Amino acid sequence: MTNFVEKLWEIGPGLIEGTPHANKIGIKFVAVDKGLGTLSLPYNTALIGDPRSRVIAGGAVTTLLDQACGLAAIAGFDGFGQIATLSLRIDYQRSAKPGETVIAEAVCYKTTRHVAFIRAVAHDGDADDPIATAQACFILTGPLYKLPGEAAKPVEKRAET
Amino acid sequence: MTQRLADSLVASIPYAQTLGIEAKLTDGELILNLPYLKSNIGNPTLPALHGGVIGGFMEVCAMAELRRLSPDLPFSKPIGVNIDYLRRGKPVETFARATIFKKGSRVANVRVRAWQESPETPIAALSGHFLLPETK
Repeated sequence: MTNFVEKLWEIGPGLIEGTPHANKIGIKFVAVDKGLGTLSLPYNTALIGDPRSRVIAGGAVTTLLDQACGLAAIAGFDGFGQIATLSLRIDYQRSAKPGETVIAEAVCYKTTRHVAFIRAVAHDGDADDPIATAQACFILTGPLYKLPGEAAKPVEKRAET
Repeated sequence: MTQRLADSLVASIPYAQTLGIEAKLTDGELILNLPYLKSNIGNPTLPALHGGVIGGFMEVCAMAELRRLSPDLPFSKPIGVNIDYLRRGKPVETFARATIFKKGSRVANVRVRAWQESPETPIAALSGHFLLPETK
């Protein structure tokens, strides 16, 4: 288990930086643990959804929550695998404050052989005053491996056939 | 709504510009399209569009459809949305169309379908409640 968490910390920042869209909007890796993932999204005028209030778009918060839930799902399985979002439910409790960094904390509270169940909260410093809460299901799209490097192999093989 | 109004609608939202969203008005129907951009990829090995991009695209589509009802008022705000991912978002152009399922005085229920090859094979669907802007 300790080894798994150590590997998660090794690959965590790269998982986020290696995701083109996460990179594009400026999502940052914060922390990872068994079944847990935390990310942040600094305020960015390119993400404004309402020009009158300068509040970032709901979609930017959706993306941050999806990414954090994905990280928690990867960290929730007993091995390293490729995943895809099946469903995402988001409730928006209030607007994000213009200028503030949004933090998303996700917890994978259950995994089965193929599915991970996650809940997450997005806030700007106080988790008890959430911007949005999320509930997500992710599905494993391939086998699990003991080491993260091996996870890419079956995907390449599938592409050839 | 005119095509010019549809264009200015998406042009006025910086987030829509970041994703590369365009609007097309065909026979009175507002269809949004999301041209393929490398920066919208979520999984480079598959490759697949980011789930958040598809979700955000459908949210913008729902809000644009609601904006047509009252072009001079502020945007509606999402209260709660459910997104189902049905197929992998391939690295090609994606389309979305919203239907207002029920509109009350304060809240509207909107359904959005996103597709690539054909509307009959959607890649994702969104249903959600949106808080309408106050009329005065």
